[in-house]
Amino acid sequence: MKNSNVIISVKNLVKNYDDFKAVQGLSFDVYENEIFGLLGPNGAGKTTTLEIIETLRQKTAGEVTVDGFSIDHDSSAIKRIIGVQLQAAGYYPNLNLVELLELFSGLYGVEVNPMQMLEKVNLQDKAKAKYKALSGGQKQRFSIATTLINSPKIIFLDEPTTGLDPQARRNLWDLITEIRSNGTTIVITTHYMDEAEQLCDRVAFVERGQIIALDTPDKLIDNLIASGFERKKEVKKANLEDVFINLTGKEWRED
Amino acid sequence: MQSPYSHTKATLALAKASFRSIMRSPSAVVFTLAFPLIFILVFGFLGGGGTKLDIAIAPQSDLQNPIITSLEKMPIIRLTKNDNLSNINKSLVKGNYDALITVEKNKNGVPAYFTIVKYTSASLDKGNILKSILNELSYKLNTQNIKPTVTEIKSSTVNGRLYRTIDFILPGQLGFSLLSTGVFGTAFVFFSLRQNLVIKRFFATPVKRSSIVLGEGIARIGFALLGALFIILIGHFCFNFTLVNGFTTVVNMLILATMGVIVFMGFGFVVSGIAKSESTIPPIANMITLPQFLLSGTFFSIDAFPTWLQPISRALPLTYLNDAMRKIAFEGAGLWEVKHQMLIILIWGIVIYSVAVKTFKWE
Repeated sequence: MKNSNVIISVKNLVKNYDDFKAVQGLSFDVYENEIFGLLGPNGAGKTTTLEIIETLRQKTAGEVTVDGFSIDHDSSAIKRIIGVQLQAAGYYPNLNLVELLELFSGLYGVEVNPMQMLEKVNLQDKAKAKYKALSGGQKQRFSIATTLINSPKIIFLDEPTTGLDPQARRNLWDLITEIRSNGTTIVITTHYMDEAEQLCDRVAFVERGQIIALDTPDKLIDNLIASGFERKKEVKKANLEDVFINLTGKEWRED
Repeated sequence: MQSPYSHTKATLALAKASFRSIMRSPSAVVFTLAFPLIFILVFGFLGGGGTKLDIAIAPQSDLQNPIITSLEKMPIIRLTKNDNLSNINKSLVKGNYDALITVEKNKNGVPAYFTIVKYTSASLDKGNILKSILNELSYKLNTQNIKPTVTEIKSSTVNGRLYRTIDFILPGQLGFSLLSTGVFGTAFVFFSLRQNLVIKRFFATPVKRSSIVLGEGIARIGFALLGALFIILIGHFCFNFTLVNGFTTVVNMLILATMGVIVFMGFGFVVSGIAKSESTIPPIANMITLPQFLLSGTFFSIDAFPTWLQPISRALPLTYLNDAMRKIAFEGAGLWEVKHQMLIILIWGIVIYSVAVKTFKWE
């Protein structure tokens, strides 16, 4: 990925909850049309950082701009150009998927065809189903469909693959790659390093509210090797997950 | 190229979604429609008969006499002639019979008959009614051919509106329906939207907070009014519920219902804010609805309550809603004539919404 236009700029971001310092002076840029990964252990401040950029949370200090809009003054302009998938968001009760998408198109003030949106995430068969009745992978795909309603420039995905089986995870990777190829910038958090390595153009490691490394996955791995690191065990050409996928197939599972 | 964002559209989209959701929620439909309708049904059928006096005729009594014949003609009186004495005495003690009448022929000539009445303390008020009926009857029978010397009472009855049980019960049930929709519905919806992060997801869209509250409000008011209209129409066409000015009365009732449900929704907002978990909502909401259900003249006129209880009744908003509803429906009062009641409901609204603003939580 070439150093193209910066679409998100975060400078010295600080967030304190009472006496707990969740984010302590984060700075990073996200480039247009890349997949940017925020990696780190639980409680490192990834979700807090995302939610501040999404204008869902107030920052304590620092500067954040999204596509040129400041989160301080233009939060409503930002909301119109981003799509947000929350870690554990629920949806309005008693409504089916089509009705939920109609609701969101009203909330975003855009006209969309709910069936086309469902087709994008391969849920057209579930049009009349309730969100609660979906499987884990289907729920995540539906969440992503709601983020695409306003044809956003950037979408934020907070641990979209947590709790999914290997097939559902790979399906979601395909979907995310496809969304990017349509010109959308993607910011993603995950605990899975294989996922970050496969998907992300650049990743930032966050630890105790600070960025401790930021580069392309390749570069970070090379740096580690250059420092003399060696895996204890000889790496084989395949791992157990490859075996799993090979044995159970890669097709979409509707469990 | 971005078209201006329409808050109205967002509000309406929310209202539509919320209305769909309410219509599919079994508890909303049960509390708003089924419950009140069951009460109306029960009281509608129960209330038709009015007062009845159950009178036993003693087994050894003379039956062929003008007293018994006259009593038999009276619709208010139900005579039982074939019961045995021990059974009659037991029933008198329990109040199942209101009185025992024995008529004896006088062998000495005048008067022709003796009417012996045994009342029961178990049913004093009905006994008193019977007393005056018998007094009038004996006067009529005794003075059949004699001109009265002091006065003769000439009475007539104005043709008034019949005040049926339904005319009392229906407005009360309507009030209860509005109360439970407002309090329970609002409390549960906002609590679960907050708990399940539905509202948080909404906040990631350009929608304003006021649109969320307004959209929910529109849906709930719409649903409550639909329920109210349904209850009024069923009452009117199936149980002769009185609507003095017809359509105008219905419109006035619905305007009043809107006011009521908005105030009750305020209680719902407060409950959703102070509830710590989903299971604490029903007890808290019941603390608000149950006293009003029992003390606001839903089933009985509050005049029937002991005097120490009446001030409490007169402090509750539902009392005034019920009162105003009855005045509008049965007396044909206009909205301006129930301004006193509306003012008190309005004061309740101001108080409860100022509490709601303090306690309501978005996250």
